[in-house]
Amino acid sequence: MVLSLTLIVAVATGILAYVNQLTAGPIAEANKKALNDALKEVLIEGSTVGEPEIYEMNGVSYKIYKADKDGQFAGAAVESIENGFGGALTVLVGFDDKGNIINYSVLNHAETPGLGSKSTFWFKKGEKGDITGKNPGANALTVSKDGGEVEAITASTITSRAFLKAVNNAYAAYSGQNVDTNSGASQQKKDVAASEASTKN
Amino acid sequence: MKNFKILLNGIINENPTFVLLLGMCPTLGTTSSAINGMGMGLATLFVLICSNVVISALKNLIPDLVRIPAYIVVIASFVTLLQMIMQAYVPGLYKTLGIFIPLIVVNCIILGRAEAFASKNKPIPSFFDGLGIGLGFTLALTLLGMVREFLGTGKIFDLPVVPENYGMLIFVLAPGAFIALGYLIAIVNKLRKA
Repeated sequence: MVLSLTLIVAVATGILAYVNQLTAGPIAEANKKALNDALKEVLIEGSTVGEPEIYEMNGVSYKIYKADKDGQFAGAAVESIENGFGGALTVLVGFDDKGNIINYSVLNHAETPGLGSKSTFWFKKGEKGDITGKNPGANALTVSKDGGEVEAITASTITSRAFLKAVNNAYAAYSGQNVDTNSGASQQKKDVAASEASTKN
Repeated sequence: MKNFKILLNGIINENPTFVLLLGMCPTLGTTSSAINGMGMGLATLFVLICSNVVISALKNLIPDLVRIPAYIVVIASFVTLLQMIMQAYVPGLYKTLGIFIPLIVVNCIILGRAEAFASKNKPIPSFFDGLGIGLGFTLALTLLGMVREFLGTGKIFDLPVVPENYGMLIFVLAPGAFIALGYLIAIVNKLRKA
């Protein structure tokens, strides 16, 4: 009895370990390609990206991919993780050099299909909750229920709040790292908005 | 001929969703749109065929007392395999279905078929049983997804059917899942009796 169960488990483990090894390469490649595609989508066209810089803020680390166009600083993409409705929600937010949102891409999420999963397009250009072109330092990027100016995903307020918090945090990390591109005032305003968002969550 | 009967049995007479009422959790949870329902159905179909064949091939090796843990190990291994292979070679599909795939391990249809069919039959009939039940599940989930997507958003498979912006949000949400499933079961029962 013990022997046969052990045998089955051992064989299963062996097969899984083998396939894991076999697929580790392609999975890493697919993830890298997905990240590169996302970076291309959220940054100014024709810019090049170097290795990410890690920026720590309130004990959370953010990956910042600085963009370079014709030798000039052209904004950055910030990877920000927040707890959504079903688990971690990873958003890559692209900012131009003034801190305006160019575009975003949801890298990873576990939101409810058909509801919270709409966050992958809901806040894009031309959609109902459009946040592109806005500056989290000047615009209140919270859902309208919380007094902000973004329309939440229908029936997915928790996901919408988490998403916007991730965007606001990304902006905070971005402006914290590039103090010269943002005045101290907007930075302060930002921190207030971020703490507001966190209390409301 | 006998195998064909087993196949049809799984799709119609013992349809896991409409007749056996098994696997209700993924049925209600994943059918917010037709494509999601179909994806979940197909992923389950794959795991069901593999686990049915392997379990029926191993049935003489597995003592009765530890059969449930042994089945779970076999099923979970196939689910993990499927997850890794999809993540590596079809990342697009994996992104859409990713969250559903681990759910297949706890889908009672698979364990139910292992216990009720595969552990008593030879691998070839077990294959057809897995195929039949899996297709029945896929059809049921796609149908339910289509109904819910149409009533909820006015689209089917993401293609607009009704021109203007129309939709009863409740059908995309959990209560609509119960309502739509209840009516579908009633209709199928009526048709089966007729």
